[in-house]
Amino acid sequence: MTARRLEKVFMTTLLVAGGVIMMIPFIWMIGSSFKPANEFTAIPPTIFPDQPTLDNYKRLFLEMDFLVYFQNTMTIVFWSFIGLLLNAMAGYAFAKFEFPGRNKMFYLVLATMMIPGQVTMIPVYLIVNAMGLTNTMTGIVLPGLVGAFGIFLFRQFMTTIPMDLLEAARLDGAGEIKIFFRLILPIAKPVFAVQGILTFIGAWNSFLWPLIMANDDSLYTLSVGLSLLKGEHGTDFGLQMAGAAFMVVPIIIIFSFFQKHIIEGYTISGMK
Amino acid sequence: MQHIWKRWTKYRVPYLFIAPTLLLLIVFSIIPIVIALVISFTDIDLAGLADYSNISAVGFDNFVQLFKDPVFLKSIYNTAFYVIVGVPLVIILSMSAALLLNYGTGRLFKTFRVIYYMPSITNIVAVAVVWGYLYNSQYGLFNHMLSWFDIPAQKWLQDPVLAKLSLILMALWKSMGVNMIIFLAALQGIPRTYYEAAEIDGANKRQRLFYITVPLLGFATFFVTITTLIGWIQFFEEPLVMTKGGPLNETMSMALFIYNNGFQLSNFGYAAAGSFVLFLFIIAATIIQFIVRKKDVEY
Repeated sequence: MTARRLEKVFMTTLLVAGGVIMMIPFIWMIGSSFKPANEFTAIPPTIFPDQPTLDNYKRLFLEMDFLVYFQNTMTIVFWSFIGLLLNAMAGYAFAKFEFPGRNKMFYLVLATMMIPGQVTMIPVYLIVNAMGLTNTMTGIVLPGLVGAFGIFLFRQFMTTIPMDLLEAARLDGAGEIKIFFRLILPIAKPVFAVQGILTFIGAWNSFLWPLIMANDDSLYTLSVGLSLLKGEHGTDFGLQMAGAAFMVVPIIIIFSFFQKHIIEGYTISGMK
Repeated sequence: MQHIWKRWTKYRVPYLFIAPTLLLLIVFSIIPIVIALVISFTDIDLAGLADYSNISAVGFDNFVQLFKDPVFLKSIYNTAFYVIVGVPLVIILSMSAALLLNYGTGRLFKTFRVIYYMPSITNIVAVAVVWGYLYNSQYGLFNHMLSWFDIPAQKWLQDPVLAKLSLILMALWKSMGVNMIIFLAALQGIPRTYYEAAEIDGANKRQRLFYITVPLLGFATFFVTITTLIGWIQFFEEPLVMTKGGPLNETMSMALFIYNNGFQLSNFGYAAAGSFVLFLFIIAATIIQFIVRKKDVEY
């Protein structure tokens, strides 16, 4: 019995130690974001500031354009939710309708998952450029609006909706659009929850494509702005840490609320 | 004509439902593959972009050039380094973390599951900013921690080999969570009766781990290996935001080489050719994985 207890203590210690190591960058970031300028050059470095200050955050919004970056990021988030709806519509059609070319089209959708981003990056830039959409919000949002993985998940879920339900609604005279929005969407709530959070995180974090597309400040996202900060204010750690915390903390809060759904969603989608 | 019209009225609904999505995927995923293939045999650059008549076909020149380009060769070497060091570490660490989290069921274990997963949802630029400060050779926390053990300060991002390892460490921290969850899901799917039976037969803990748990994680391990391998061959954002490929291209990966040639130097054709070489590496690695994979253990 004592060996078992000892083992439990050992495993728990290992777990906590690993967790603390994983937390170091977060603690360092949050602690440092409240440091006044003179504490950044202190040797030895402090983890938590001696005289905490909100200066770094004030400068972020008053001296830098982070408010604009925040608005742009939220615009991208908004459009990514429209994309989510398009994915759901396509997944529904693939799951619940018979039509010529259905399987071929679905394989085509799946095939797009295997194409590495580096291969399409340059041609997509050329296409967007030919459309005259470089340096516009449309150019930033449009290429990544829909995604094969989302379509696949919605289809998998919606195949489990019984056909009788749809037939009954049709007999009652409901139109197809109404059926989708009033009947299917409420049933598909669990997938929407998981996909919605993942979509939000993805859009909030979107970096590379906005970096390629946007040429001026007014279109930068938070992460593009932050990378600029890293380049131009390389030694201003206070500003950098405040910017990083502003990007990371909201996501962590949202994640903590919904983590059960996300982790279980991964379990469903990843393995079976 | 009438046939098409009849078909349209019959199948109008599903077609309208998939039309926007399919159109976007064709324009931004399928057509680009064709364009990439075509332009990889041309010398398209900024001048070609402005006026298509400036583009001329160059045959296999881009591909020949690539394998003479010392930067590209260096990037292949570096990518191999990232894959060989990074992929086994990701698998071992995420499997260990999953085993650790699967050990108990209390609140503590649930909380730490979230903590281990958290880096995965953190923005890469924010990660780079924070780690850049952690790695700072004068004021960073890591060098300070080394000084507790009387180890001299390191140049984390300036030393050629250490810089690669530093990027790998950061990527490990960030990518462990997702794979850990996959292993955890697989672990929870192993029936308890197996362990009970083994215990009755007198198998000790170590035997149970290596003869029941690890073999039954076969599919999860295969899945994680494939996705991790593909991901690390495309190793990109970490060097892009941390080092820009420096010092002296020592952290340059193939994906970053493609990005630099495409968007910094505007050699679109050359970059597209490079991206196909990368694609071939990915396909080759995937095929090898499928060949090497042993038969599944069923339960």
